[in-house]
Amino acid sequence: MIKRHPEPLLWMLFSAGGVVSGMLMPVLVLLFGLAFPLGWLNAPSHERLRALLGNPVIAIVVFSLCALSLFHWAHRFRHTLYDGLQIKHLNEVIAVVSYGTALGGSAVAAYLLWRLL
Amino acid sequence: MGDGHVDAAYHPRWLRPHVSTYWWLQKPSYLVFILREASCMFVAWFVLYLLWLIRAVAGGAPAYRQFLDWSATPWVLLLNAVTVVFVAFHAVTFFQAAPQAMVLHVGGRRVPTHLVLAGHYAAWVAASAVVCWLLTGA
Repeated sequence: MIKRHPEPLLWMLFSAGGVVSGMLMPVLVLLFGLAFPLGWLNAPSHERLRALLGNPVIAIVVFSLCALSLFHWAHRFRHTLYDGLQIKHLNEVIAVVSYGTALGGSAVAAYLLWRLL
Repeated sequence: MGDGHVDAAYHPRWLRPHVSTYWWLQKPSYLVFILREASCMFVAWFVLYLLWLIRAVAGGAPAYRQFLDWSATPWVLLLNAVTVVFVAFHAVTFFQAAPQAMVLHVGGRRVPTHLVLAGHYAAWVAASAVVCWLLTGA
């Protein structure tokens, strides 16, 4: 029996999350984090945002952004604690908590977006 | 992983020199590495922020208004200002590493690394433009 390691799959999720978050997050943080609150630009109206999130294609993109970014975080967080802070004895606990959080967060994202469809 | 194993009197692991927990403070390049790794915390924060926003939009116009007011409070603004920097740093470092991780072949030839890099940056600009247009365009 070949033992299947989850590491390649987790790395793929990490990598995909890195690309998606890299592509979409800088502009989203700039808009929703600074430009809209500081009044540099007018925030989109509620109806507009509601309509955008109700679009299935946009919903899938937003869901992918949330889910993959969370797995990206989980993978990096786990490895940084392991290599950076050398917390090795808690490796399993940290892995379960990180990937578990990513899984839970993805479910929350799916539920929230589903309600808007 | 298997930390409880002690089968040999002279385990190779025991010959490893001790590395300080704060090794990443010893060189600027190490610090850049750890800051790059730390960017994931800001990625996670923004997912949380985004989920909050989606929930507010689902809650109706008053809830959305409330979210916008909350997003303009000093601590949230400060956190998001730092997040912009880290998320941009994450994007640049991640795209920079992409040509090494993604070896593309077209017609039996390897696509030059600078083209892979340029492709990522072009996609980044395009994606940002589309998001801007969707959210603020007429």
